[in-house]
Amino acid sequence: MSTNKDYKWIGTRPIRPDGADKVTGRAAFGADKNLPGMLHAKILRSPFAHAKILSIDTSAAESASGVLAVMTSADMPDLASEMGEAGESAVDFRDLSHNILASGKVLYHGHAVAAVAATSAKLALAALKLIKVEYEELPVVLEIEDAMADDAPILHEDQFTPGGSKDKPSNVAAKMKLPRGDIDKGFAEADIIIEREFTTPTVHQGYIEPHAVTASMSASGHADIWCCTQGTFVVRAMTAKVLGMDVGKIKVTPSEIGGGFGAKTTVYLEPIAVKLSEKTGRPVKMVMDREEVLRATGPTSASVIKIKLGATNDGKLIAAQGSLKYGAGAFKGSPMAPGCMCVFASYEIPNFLIRGFDVVLNKPKVAAYRAPGAPMAAFAMESLMNEMATKLNLDPIEFRLKNAVKEGSVAAYGPKFPVIGFVETLEAAKAHPHYSAPLGKNQGRGVGTGFWFNIGMQSSATINVNESGSVTVITGSADIGGSRASMALFVAEELDISYDLITPLVSNTEEAGYCDVTGGSRTTFATGMAVVKASKNLVANMRKRAAKTWGIDIDDVTWEDGAAIAPAAADKQPLTMAQIATSAAKTGGPLTASASLTAQGAGAGFGVHICDVEVDPETGKTDVIRYTAIQDAGKAIHPSYVEGQYQGGAVQGIGWALNEEYVYNDKGVLQNFGFLDYRMPVANDLPMIDTVIVEVPNPSHPYGVRGVGETPIVPPLAAVAEAVNNAAGVRICHLPISPPRLLAEIDAK
Amino acid sequence: MSKTHVTTTINGDAVEYLCEVDQSLLDVLRDTLELTGTKEGCATGDCGACSVSLDGRLVCSCLVLGVEAEGKQIETIEGVANGTELHPIQQKFLENAALQCGICTPGFIVATKALLEKNPDPTEEEARYYLAGNLCRCTGYDKIIRAVLDAAAEMRGAA
Repeated sequence: MSTNKDYKWIGTRPIRPDGADKVTGRAAFGADKNLPGMLHAKILRSPFAHAKILSIDTSAAESASGVLAVMTSADMPDLASEMGEAGESAVDFRDLSHNILASGKVLYHGHAVAAVAATSAKLALAALKLIKVEYEELPVVLEIEDAMADDAPILHEDQFTPGGSKDKPSNVAAKMKLPRGDIDKGFAEADIIIEREFTTPTVHQGYIEPHAVTASMSASGHADIWCCTQGTFVVRAMTAKVLGMDVGKIKVTPSEIGGGFGAKTTVYLEPIAVKLSEKTGRPVKMVMDREEVLRATGPTSASVIKIKLGATNDGKLIAAQGSLKYGAGAFKGSPMAPGCMCVFASYEIPNFLIRGFDVVLNKPKVAAYRAPGAPMAAFAMESLMNEMATKLNLDPIEFRLKNAVKEGSVAAYGPKFPVIGFVETLEAAKAHPHYSAPLGKNQGRGVGTGFWFNIGMQSSATINVNESGSVTVITGSADIGGSRASMALFVAEELDISYDLITPLVSNTEEAGYCDVTGGSRTTFATGMAVVKASKNLVANMRKRAAKTWGIDIDDVTWEDGAAIAPAAADKQPLTMAQIATSAAKTGGPLTASASLTAQGAGAGFGVHICDVEVDPETGKTDVIRYTAIQDAGKAIHPSYVEGQYQGGAVQGIGWALNEEYVYNDKGVLQNFGFLDYRMPVANDLPMIDTVIVEVPNPSHPYGVRGVGETPIVPPLAAVAEAVNNAAGVRICHLPISPPRLLAEIDAK
Repeated sequence: MSKTHVTTTINGDAVEYLCEVDQSLLDVLRDTLELTGTKEGCATGDCGACSVSLDGRLVCSCLVLGVEAEGKQIETIEGVANGTELHPIQQKFLENAALQCGICTPGFIVATKALLEKNPDPTEEEARYYLAGNLCRCTGYDKIIRAVLDAAAEMRGAA
């Protein structure tokens, strides 16, 4: 379906520029940074999920062998509540500070309480045992609906539900309501109504690289931070705010990043490492272990979602009602709002009412995870769409086609959709051979669809031309999945030069122009736009240089095949980029071009997944035996990495559906804090993941790009569940569909 | 605690180091010898990011003590390429876009090399089972498995 006839480079599949270093072990990730004289710091974490901190005595630790400094929240400024932007979501800087080091109370098991810097990690760990913390245990609340109860243990005495009681604190941090039409009238006109409640567990992003940072504070008060992050500028902003520093005194240099999926858009270690470096005058390195990652960094929300859906006999949706409750963990800020905005976004429904609830409880504060909030909402809605299609005796894709949003449809969350590719994606799924392939015994097929907004935000790019005509393109956007290859392809296409002449870099906060986080599927879209704009500026500059050389008007110079040409002046031989670069000193100095922008018009992404499973009725084990992910990319710049996003997102969704969940005991202590028990999909769990790239260009982007990274995790939960329903004759409403849970469902039939 | 002197061979080089008796081979490689191509994802033997070859046997270096390397032959990711000439497995990982973030890649390449030394012509299923101890969270394994089978074919001269 991909057409490359108009482009030389866009849509091709060259080897990624950072590839050789990554297959030889040379690429430096977060934990690979070392500095002379470096100290190692470790964190003391709470043994309780909810307790008052009565006192902390660090004196014995401070005098222990090899220890140079100890830190608690008392070493950080006491911040007032203040909301700030943190990439895709807002953050309260006071909450951020209190999550980095607990202040007054610990709110989850593993909450950081103190940190020790010592000459070795081993000595730092030993000194943690010498810190005496006196706690007063408090009742623990772990489940969303328990936390919403009137008599629930309260996490924050100063948190009140907006629009609720002003006297009685509450764990409900925020509510949301999205109405349209008249649902009573709508349900009255419905021929079929289905209402069900769905639950999903807390799951972790599961990046293989634990969080790591090395920080060094100079005597001039200038801090250097090296870390693995999706956003160097957000690390800078958060660290500055939490430590009361000016952003101009902090330089953040990104390492290669070993997976993020949204979760590396906040800070846990960086302010601690900077402060300990300031206290000791030496560089400080901090690396989490896997247990710390699972216990204390943001997973994504558990959810309780109830949906009532009404349709008429002719297969049209007429009314829908949704209640979406998301657990935020210890501090407000679950992805409840995007969940509410997504839940009905794919369909034209004349009457609906959506209510959302953001609920704090004694688990780690959630962090963004790929299309935050959408997979849970889609699990509920798409499961009901499948059930409704069965009741209507309609093909599930046909049923969706009857109700799908298209250009001009008013999205459930407000705006009118511009050109979108949901219908084209559904048609491609329906036509795919997988959809009509025969199934065997104990096998079943399910479909699910997914929607994600995608975002634009701010990006900058600079292109420097070398004297040979090769170029360096610099951005500040972390590359988590191959975006440097995309940036190089944009430059190759625009300058009409070979991809091999282009070196794309992700630079630090002092050398790159500002870029918002790599999140919201925005980097190839928005930073790509800045790169294209900078390329166009560079071409204009080079045409000017050629015009000057030739003594003609710039309007008589065009750019073709990597060279300036003067179509009307037959005596002028083309000036190649290398020639222009070589003579730049005589025509105005070095060739460099920049661009920055706030990208508008991130095109919405739609995906349709088809999943086949085989269920073992004796054990309840489910095997995915065939899987196809179909999605509108707008335009695939490097199709291999677009396919990679579809495949990776699909498999994270399969893990969410079948295996992954945080298991807590009643004290709020996570029981499965390693990769053995937090069971992510491994190679022999899976078949090949087939992909189809649909291309309905986004009119807001010069090459038609839509973000592709997040949508692929939205459809799988319902697609897998429906396949299991059809294979085993059950109706799954609760994830994960682990063998004991499925066996219980089968036995209950 | 005094350190133990270890004499070993890493990627063909004779190497001596001092390590503490409870220090893992992974920590020795990364922290003492600055061979940071071998990665730590879990330190409990569950993710395979720290895969190395120890006397021809594929191991998680986080589960091996530094002192156990005495007299052994160790191969790490840094020893897979021949100078600046990539090994066919490395080349096929690049051509097949078998990496996204790349943190698991060194472990996968070391494990794939061990697989193809034992079994030059694995089926897809054999490759998937052999590599089940290596976690990748980005790719969904599809392009990794294709790269492995492609490299196997290339190395057999059948490509």
